[in-house]
Amino acid sequence: MEIKELICIGCPMGCSLKVLMENGEAVRVEGNTCRKGEEYGKKECTHPMRTVTSTITLEGGILPRVPVKTKTEIPKEKIRECMEAIHTARAAAPVTIGQCLIENIAGTGVDIVACRDIKRSETDA
Amino acid sequence: MENTKVCTLAVIGGGPAGLAAALAAKEAGCTDILILERDKALGGILNQCIHNGFGLHTFQEELTGPEYAARFIERVREAQIPGLLNTMVLDIAPDRDGKWVLTAMNREEGLFTLRAETVILAMGCRERPRGALNIPGFRPAGVYSAGTAQRLVNIEGFLPGREAVILGSGDIGLIMARRLTLEGAKVKAVAELMPYSGGLRRNIVQCLEDYGIPLLLSTTVTQVHGKERVEGVTLSRVDETRRPIPGTEQFISCDTLLLSVGLIPENELSEKAGVAISPVTGGPLVDESMETSKIGIFACGNVLHVHDLVDYVSQEAAKAGTAAARYVLEGEKSRFNAEKGVIVVCGRDGVRYTVPSRIHRDRMEEELLIRFRVGDVYRNRYLSVYFDEKRVLRRKKRVMAPGEMEQLILKKEELLKYGDVKEIILCTEEE
Repeated sequence: MEIKELICIGCPMGCSLKVLMENGEAVRVEGNTCRKGEEYGKKECTHPMRTVTSTITLEGGILPRVPVKTKTEIPKEKIRECMEAIHTARAAAPVTIGQCLIENIAGTGVDIVACRDIKRSETDA
Repeated sequence: MENTKVCTLAVIGGGPAGLAAALAAKEAGCTDILILERDKALGGILNQCIHNGFGLHTFQEELTGPEYAARFIERVREAQIPGLLNTMVLDIAPDRDGKWVLTAMNREEGLFTLRAETVILAMGCRERPRGALNIPGFRPAGVYSAGTAQRLVNIEGFLPGREAVILGSGDIGLIMARRLTLEGAKVKAVAELMPYSGGLRRNIVQCLEDYGIPLLLSTTVTQVHGKERVEGVTLSRVDETRRPIPGTEQFISCDTLLLSVGLIPENELSEKAGVAISPVTGGPLVDESMETSKIGIFACGNVLHVHDLVDYVSQEAAKAGTAAARYVLEGEKSRFNAEKGVIVVCGRDGVRYTVPSRIHRDRMEEELLIRFRVGDVYRNRYLSVYFDEKRVLRRKKRVMAPGEMEQLILKKEELLKYGDVKEIILCTEEE
């Protein structure tokens, strides 16, 4: 049996986890203080996931960029591909929180959504 | 032509602390509230903190900074609490009748005064600048504080450089290491003077380790190269006394140096009002109700002491808001009676400070949350609480670190059992 030690990123508590691995599968998690920790420990050792946050160029808004995030976590190895799509994307003001700006990013089935309401710029209208 | 406004409660700062304080005050029955914010939008620093991890305690979900701010801004709007944007408060002075007079200005109204019965200080903090560090070298372009770089990237949409070294491993430094990497810059190293990181452990994992960015502990920048633009930095290892060790110099070429070397509560206004400031936190000394040394002035959030988690800021601010509302609604009844006893709360032997730093016995609630920070990384050490000479609590902690704020709940019932306690001491102890 193999033991992997890691730090939980589920919340800012940063619990120290021990994940017991057997044949490539996470059998047990120790050191966590909540259910999220157990989930994270198992996932991190088998298929690590991350939420990606960034900004997208916004046209016609009172601000030049709109903050965005992946609506849920995506596989860690997809981060680069996800960022490439975010870099080339353009959004048009107004945008509202939760609005989908890119569908199915990098084929993950997860949408990129806006994290802030941004109005249209009046001087630009 | 004198322009004078009047309100019951003036909240200085429309960031997370100010918003939560105003909301709590309104909920507690205070109606005439005014939020004064110097930026063009409410939300404060959260607007540029586009990463996620906010709100796990408050909303049981993981939000980005702007989303967390939006929830509070929405509630403030629903509660119809007015705010003045683009408005800078310049002075707070006592009025003759026990009220406070604020001097403020904005583009539309120019200079004006605001009379308030009570004031909540929620101005937040600012970054320690390069000048505080004494790094030798010229003053080339390309040296930024991490928060400035964060604003440039996340709000304005500019990348400050292509190859960066980050000095300081506080949370903003770690977050910016990832952010610059995602935007296509190369972060060559994060150097940290101390033998441990000042940031949250989760950020070391998901901001540095995920991207293979080296964290160099006990290391600092001893030279900034370049005259017009940064061309590189010299990193040196430091000894236990934090002095650079000769012979350990290493040149790293880069065009950008980010400084994430600490935050300082922004208390110029508090000092003008005569509020007593803690030399340790740089923020006001407050009691159990978040009231400062000046009656009727409360403080919360990063202006009080620098927090790691916005959730705790919101909690603390709500307490200040409720207390300020009580101050207004209950008048004399809400004032503490020092004769009923004042208990000093302080940290020793590794506990750097506590918030609050004093308790008015007659105003203490059933449970009181004490927040504190330790001065070093401690493993398997005890955290103890003494009521005067008597040890009343001893708790083994696996890890305590300066970068992670600790907390402890004190029960009034417990305290009463020990009679006339004068001093509560928090300290760390070996076996």
